[in-house]
Amino acid sequence: MAKRGAPPEINASSMADIAFLLLVFFLVTTTMDTDFGLARRLPPPLDLDQPEPPPIKERNVFVVLVNANDQLLVEGELLDISELKEKAKEFIANPYDDENLPEKKMTEVQFFGQYPVSKQVISLQNDNGTSYDMYIQVQNSLAQAYNELREEITMSKFSVNYADLVEKAKDDEMANKRYKAVKKIYPQRISEAEPKDVGKQ
Amino acid sequence: MSKFKSKKEKDTPAISTASLPDIVFMLLFFFMVTTVMREVDLKVKLSSPEASEVKKLENKSLVSYVYIGAPLDEKKFGTTPRIQLNDAFASVEDIRPYIETKRSEVDEQLIPKLTTSLKVDVETEMGIVTDVKQELRKVNALKLNYSTRERLR
Repeated sequence: MAKRGAPPEINASSMADIAFLLLVFFLVTTTMDTDFGLARRLPPPLDLDQPEPPPIKERNVFVVLVNANDQLLVEGELLDISELKEKAKEFIANPYDDENLPEKKMTEVQFFGQYPVSKQVISLQNDNGTSYDMYIQVQNSLAQAYNELREEITMSKFSVNYADLVEKAKDDEMANKRYKAVKKIYPQRISEAEPKDVGKQ
Repeated sequence: MSKFKSKKEKDTPAISTASLPDIVFMLLFFFMVTTVMREVDLKVKLSSPEASEVKKLENKSLVSYVYIGAPLDEKKFGTTPRIQLNDAFASVEDIRPYIETKRSEVDEQLIPKLTTSLKVDVETEMGIVTDVKQELRKVNALKLNYSTRERLR
């Protein structure tokens, strides 16, 4: 019978090398990017049996047109993209109850009681030749207008940031109710018309 | 004085590297867990526009991606913007089966939560994007996300 000594130790010095190899592989394949984007909802497909929607008064509609040269026509006025946000904000809120800006309807909103909610609708129409970049900038400016108005009202009513409120609304009942109330006061109504095809020759 | 000197003359002990594999393994597990394999090979040029009012796209398993842009291989495919689904070029008609496949993969109650992420190149014209949007409306895939990079206000 062979005499047994202590079992030989396994050399583990290459363990680090193997681990490094795997590490490098995962380092290379990993993509840390998180996706960001503008969330929108498309209108449901057209239903032919649907009754015609009631006509909307002209003063309640904010018409934004974008042509194939990426120029903006807002309410019949040539505008730069940087001015769109302010113009939209003025339209949505109608702070001085201007007769050419949207009507308001007293609505019961939680936390706010009877609140004059404007009947605003933003109508956006682009050309088939409009660049995607311009389209996103317009969408972004309009969203920004809504968000800033919501920010103002949440700040004055609840003394919290709107962004924080949205974040909390996911798992906090109270925050969710507040978020819904704010959304009821400034509902984001962006309607997109079928694009024109003027730009193509 | 001599006390200090004698100490200095001693050999510095070798740093033990025995814990090195442990550290590396820790890093390795971190990357193994966080890693997401690239979903597709991009065949179109893609530089996303910038926007500030962005929302994070959550639940990546519920997202179907539609890529639109000019083909990378200009010699072979020309420069007109094309749609890419999964790993191949597609036409507008291919969107319906694409969305339906995605629907069959997830739980039934999660179907309304399915989102379509449009990854479109900045230079693309809206025509093709509108066609895709109309097709998505037809298949009732209404939740949409225009993929953008984040910009500070």
